[in-house]
Amino acid sequence: MIEVKNIVKKFGAFAALDGVDLKVADGELLALLGPSGSGKTTLLRIIAGLDWPDTGEVSFDGENALAHAASERHVGFVFQHYALFRHMTVFENVAFGLRVQPRAVRKDEAGIRARVKELLDLVQLDWLSNRYPSQLSGGQRQRIALARALAIEPRILLLDEPFGALDAKVRKELRQWLRSLHHEIHVTSIFVTHDQEEALEVANRVVVMDKGRIEQIGTPGEVYDNPATAFVHGFIGESIVLPVEVYDGCVRLGGKQLNILADGVSPGLSKLFVRRHDMQVGPAGSGSLDGAVRHVRTFGPIQRAEVALSAGDGETVIEIDAPRDRELQTGDIVGLQPRRYRIFAAQE
Amino acid sequence: MSELQSYLSSARDDLRTEPRPVRIVIIAIAVIFLVVFVVLPLVVVFAQAFSKGIGAYLSALSDPEAWSAIRLTLLVAAISVSLNLVFGVIAAWAIAKFEFRGKTFLISLIDLPFSVSPVISGLVFVLLFGGQGYWGPWLQAHNIQVLFAVPGIALATIFVTFPFVARALIPLMQEQGTLEEEAAISLGASGLQTFFRVTLPNIKWGVLYGVLLCNARAMGEFGAVSVVSGHIRGETNTMPLLVEILYNEYQFVSSFAIASLLAMLALITLVAKTILEQHLDEGQQPRGD
Amino acid sequence: MSAAGGRRSTLPGFGLTMGLTLTWLSIIILIPLAGLFLRTFELSLDQFWGIVTSRRTLNALKISFGLAFAAAVVNLVMGLIVVWALVRYRFPGRRIFDAIVDVPFALPTAVAGVALTSLFAQTGWLGAPLAELGIKVAFTPIGIFIAMIFIGIPFVVRTVQPVLIDLDAEIEEAAASLGANRWHTVSKVILPSLIPALLTGFALAFARAVGEYGSVIFIAGNLPNVSEIAPLLIVIRLSEFRYADATAIAVVMLVAAFLIIFAVNRIQRWAQTRIPAH
Repeated sequence: MIEVKNIVKKFGAFAALDGVDLKVADGELLALLGPSGSGKTTLLRIIAGLDWPDTGEVSFDGENALAHAASERHVGFVFQHYALFRHMTVFENVAFGLRVQPRAVRKDEAGIRARVKELLDLVQLDWLSNRYPSQLSGGQRQRIALARALAIEPRILLLDEPFGALDAKVRKELRQWLRSLHHEIHVTSIFVTHDQEEALEVANRVVVMDKGRIEQIGTPGEVYDNPATAFVHGFIGESIVLPVEVYDGCVRLGGKQLNILADGVSPGLSKLFVRRHDMQVGPAGSGSLDGAVRHVRTFGPIQRAEVALSAGDGETVIEIDAPRDRELQTGDIVGLQPRRYRIFAAQE
Repeated sequence: MSELQSYLSSARDDLRTEPRPVRIVIIAIAVIFLVVFVVLPLVVVFAQAFSKGIGAYLSALSDPEAWSAIRLTLLVAAISVSLNLVFGVIAAWAIAKFEFRGKTFLISLIDLPFSVSPVISGLVFVLLFGGQGYWGPWLQAHNIQVLFAVPGIALATIFVTFPFVARALIPLMQEQGTLEEEAAISLGASGLQTFFRVTLPNIKWGVLYGVLLCNARAMGEFGAVSVVSGHIRGETNTMPLLVEILYNEYQFVSSFAIASLLAMLALITLVAKTILEQHLDEGQQPRGD
Repeated sequence: MSAAGGRRSTLPGFGLTMGLTLTWLSIIILIPLAGLFLRTFELSLDQFWGIVTSRRTLNALKISFGLAFAAAVVNLVMGLIVVWALVRYRFPGRRIFDAIVDVPFALPTAVAGVALTSLFAQTGWLGAPLAELGIKVAFTPIGIFIAMIFIGIPFVVRTVQPVLIDLDAEIEEAAASLGANRWHTVSKVILPSLIPALLTGFALAFARAVGEYGSVIFIAGNLPNVSEIAPLLIVIRLSEFRYADATAIAVVMLVAAFLIIFAVNRIQRWAQTRIPAH
């Protein structure tokens, strides 16, 4: 198990990590998700020993990892731009970690060859072993970088934006491939990404970070359906955000009381978060968000409508996704009722 | 398609160039300037060296004094290049691979010898080791010869060639960054393994480039060496010093014969430099995609 | 000094390599230069002033600095013409001319000295026709000027060349599309963006020519007060064992060299703020 306790890391006045605690169980495939500057890469580098925290602890199976340099940690690190050794062939890149082992434990040449072959088979790139990195495509480089990191039989595999430098199609393929690879070798893995879709699709658990802090840890379903904070709600999935006032458990938007509950939300200015597809379209009336349809686009099973809300300043325009069972027309007056929603205090 | 392209590119070239007469005048001025100031001096060296025929040329070069100058020049170059190579690589590692305060200042200090007059580069060692120098009396008492001997000549040469290797490597290593080294460390490599297996192969052309320029200057240095050498015939005369002595004695063929060797060295250096620059350009492939 | 960004850095060897670097730098560069300045402090201010303002010293400094400045101006103009031809035009032998621009860097100064002297002597290939026109080059200040031009050729060319190559074609096309004629495009758009590089090259050529010794002394004539450069005067004072005189002249030249480096750094910083690097 990897345990990270109260890590603080500052670059000058900027706190890249501001008190981070995290436990990663054996065999997990964990995503660190957040916008750029949220500290996720710094956390990954600290676990690998490529950066050092100002304060805090990192332990692997109860053993203090900070007492060891990166070269002693047995951590497989896959760099964002792969960092393949440009003057070595694919084979030599993968063999590197085996060749630099102390003589006492180093495999003989035949052993190294066998192991490299095995790894290249695993990433399905055996046929490239005599090429140089500059002759490979992005996706191939990525898989070689992974094979190289796996060569040292790491106790953890760390991947920094593993698909960040790839084009959309290759990215999709590699995601599925990484998940099935993890299923096959079952090494504890942490990857960093700013792409929520990637995190939700690949990881068993997702850690959402912002401004050097962890906002929420949970399964993909939990962070999507039950965002713990306004940040998570806004960052994961697209949300409609409306400024509301909360009084005695009632929610008002621009003076109009809405037919939704605000249990457990402290009174005052707040923000109402609703997913686009969680807005139910009905007739205008009391308790609903009323407005005029300004524009409708239809694609696939949904129609996306721009609705200008009549409450408040009258200039708030939101986009909703409605099923196509009832066709909307420009000019229709509709009443929107949030099916699922969250309210967070506005100060956040 | 290709016709269209060539039409477009010629249109673009027309836009970006001057009228033909202007072009011809500019090219003519540039060529005449370079011919007068660079080509003719080079040609004159060889013309003078061979002015009395190839026999005179060869006998000038086979003179024992010439041989002793060539040997000394090679020895001094070997000493100063190897020391500056080792320390240049070490300095480039410290400066290019780490962030620290005062880096720019340190680089300016390393560059200092480029802006010091060669004569002053020799003078500073006279002031340290000469008869009236700080350590001169002590050295004399212990019978150690620094000035007017190989150590002094080597020191002055090391001084003037100090920046070459470091200056060739620092920008190259800064541009390559530390990612590959970090990857090596995370794969379990030690510091020395990382340097010899990852860093050095990546900078080998840069190292050669630095050594090449360092060597050319070391063999050709005149001012600094002139001040510390003492001009002892057959002992402390390097090739450039011998050129001067023979010239001042009106032994023009001999003087230019030695000079022609140095000019050849310069030309070989330039050719090798051009080849290395191509290698260095190729080495800078775009990273990632 | 310590590596910033954490108590430890990932890559090993900072302490060791930095220590070795500073040690080697101190032994070869800093201690010898410090010795020079310490020597100067042994002089009283009056003594120092007396040496520096003596007629022969002043004239030597004037000759070195004055002719170096003039030569750097010539290099500024000719360097721009050469670099323009090399970068913008195609002509036979262009690559060879590009390569030989570096000859003054690579050719040992003593060789350059004897070659230029032989070329410009009254019997030389260029000296003879010039003598018929009544111009005497070798063994006069003009000879010094010629040698200083030779030694400064690469500086302007090599500092301007990368800037001119990198200059965005779209800028010129934009100027032309806005109705500028070629002369306006060159003088108002291209040259201004070359100014920092031109100034840097000028300063470097100037600094090199001020301190130049080997290529100058053969052609100079070396008449005190007329064609005697400051570095030669240092050598002469040393051979007369007048160490104090040599040291004082050296310090003046060193301080001037430092001022020039400082100016170059300022020019480059100014260029960076003026034209942000892409």
